[in-house]
Amino acid sequence: MIKKWLIEMGSPPLFYKWSTKILPWLFISAILILGIGLFWGLLFAPTDYKQGDVYRILYIHVPSAILGQSIFMFMAFCGFINVIWRAKISGMMLKSAAPIGVSFTLLALVTGSIWGKPTWGTWWVWDARLTSTLILFFIYAALIGLHSTIEDKTKADRAVSILSIVGLAIIPVIKKSVDWWQTLHQPSTFTITSSPSMSPDMYQPLLLCLIGFYLFFALLLTLNLRNEILERERTKNWVKQLLGGAG
Amino acid sequence: MNPIRKQRLYALVAILIGSLLATWLVISALSQNMNLFYSPTEIKVAELNENTLIRAGGMVKTGSIIKDTNSLNVVFTVTDYQNDLEINYEGILPDLFAENAGVVVRGNLNTDGSFKAIEVLAKHDENYMPPEVAKLMQEDL
Repeated sequence: MIKKWLIEMGSPPLFYKWSTKILPWLFISAILILGIGLFWGLLFAPTDYKQGDVYRILYIHVPSAILGQSIFMFMAFCGFINVIWRAKISGMMLKSAAPIGVSFTLLALVTGSIWGKPTWGTWWVWDARLTSTLILFFIYAALIGLHSTIEDKTKADRAVSILSIVGLAIIPVIKKSVDWWQTLHQPSTFTITSSPSMSPDMYQPLLLCLIGFYLFFALLLTLNLRNEILERERTKNWVKQLLGGAG
Repeated sequence: MNPIRKQRLYALVAILIGSLLATWLVISALSQNMNLFYSPTEIKVAELNENTLIRAGGMVKTGSIIKDTNSLNVVFTVTDYQNDLEINYEGILPDLFAENAGVVVRGNLNTDGSFKAIEVLAKHDENYMPPEVAKLMQEDL
């Protein structure tokens, strides 16, 4: 049952049809949850006892940093599927996710910088957390660059798949950097082992923002993927039929 | 899983392990250099030369901040609860600079063992709470 569904989703035309159905729902839920989360966090959550209102940037900074890393793991997962099963859609997914991942990572770096100036007193410092995140940004850039240099899309997918698996090693370094070394960046507020060191009326909107960011990613990924499918399958009959024979 | 796929799986796992191993080697080779700053204890043990530019960090000792009324000069003590380091600084302090808060300073040691800072950065912790809650917690202590 699951296997059948997976095989169906692996077929570009079937995925395209299915995604047309879920797209409006994805759009509504992403906008709604992200909207509520951001409004709640930026306007209604209490001010921090130490940082005042400045801390509110974390409602953007934290989800974008988490997304930057999750998207990379997602890409490595797609790469894994692509190399072993050669599923065409996994390569397209990998390629479609890269620009979104690099944008979120950049957003995390920029918002972190804006947050750093008033609180730490500097825009940038070469501590382990900031530097490893910058490396993640460069790995994303390398993946995107590599894909565009290889003419044959299937080969490009495979090369990028392998590079994404190589790059995966940076993720635990980013995650643990604040625990392994002395950094200017503070340790994680949320850990698996203990309750969050943040009051509930502050982390509830953060949680909503995070879910909203994930949904927003799913929305962007679906849109990108649909474009990618149409572009790569443009010579196929189903695309020609879909576009009314104009191609 | 058919044999070809199995082989590809092994290759990928080997790549991942190789990459993790390489990263681990780089990190362990850099070890101490990955730290952003030295603690007062490390500085005391290291017997650094005065001209070396370093970063020192720790907590600002309660009651140690002495601000000059006529200039931007400030003297304070950074501690790691084992050793202390006296910091001299002239300039604007970040907003979060306070007693009992984390701080990272860049500069060099003076001959008398105190530290001349050219940059002071404030660290903040991972705790967030509304002012009312912070007040209640203070009262509990």
